[in-house]
Amino acid sequence: MRKRSNEPVLWVLFSAGGVLAALAIPVLLFLLFLAFPLGWIDAPSFERLHDLVRMPIVRLGLFVLCFFSLFHWAHRFRYTLYDGLQIKHLNHLIFPFCYGGALLGSVVAGYLLWNFR
Amino acid sequence: MSQPPRSSSYTEYHPRWYRPRVSTWWWMGRWSYLKFIQREISSVFVAWFIVELLMLLHALSNGQGAFPQQAYREFLIWLRNPVVVFLNLVSLFFVVFHAVTWFNLAAAAMVVRVKGKKIPGALIAGSNYAAWIVVSAILAWALLRA
Repeated sequence: MRKRSNEPVLWVLFSAGGVLAALAIPVLLFLLFLAFPLGWIDAPSFERLHDLVRMPIVRLGLFVLCFFSLFHWAHRFRYTLYDGLQIKHLNHLIFPFCYGGALLGSVVAGYLLWNFR
Repeated sequence: MSQPPRSSSYTEYHPRWYRPRVSTWWWMGRWSYLKFIQREISSVFVAWFIVELLMLLHALSNGQGAFPQQAYREFLIWLRNPVVVFLNLVSLFFVVFHAVTWFNLAAAAMVVRVKGKKIPGALIAGSNYAAWIVVSAILAWALLRA
């Protein structure tokens, strides 16, 4: 019997990440990394931001966002390399780089959020 | 039953057809191709945002030290570096591009039927944009409440 493809699972991760990234990332990127540091909008104080991330629901949400967004990147970037640069013959390098990278990022996110003090 | 055709077993590279080599820069030739590659490249900026988010969490996380805000202040200074500001502006363009193309594509990819009638794509795209506004408003409210 032929081995079952894991492509559908990877596609579902890609797709879920695509939705979450589209919904959440533009506003977070704009506020956290442009508007707040550059003073376009009054930034929340360190304590408020810190207390916000201490909330379990926020941490869970951030982990879900990181996990799915990273697998979204892995899948799409893998196919960008295949189609754009036509280097599908390097699959044995590209595959572990993309999904391994996503997995590593998720572990780092989990570690930081679990140990957040 | 006849024998299945020999090509039925899957190969990643079709062994027999002649396929001319396509230039690595094939996507530069046409606007729609360029848009396709732009959409695919947006994923790199999604990943970049996650990296920055993890850096922020790391900087915020030393709340109980002697100088709890030190790492956070340094992170804010780093975010004001012109190179980083430029990178984040480019990232903002790409993540918005991702959101718009994603919502528009969902309307084309999803066929939703109610009582046998197909719901028009514009309605699906519209509800996606509505969800985008609601989620953005909630996240902005959570951050700005302070």
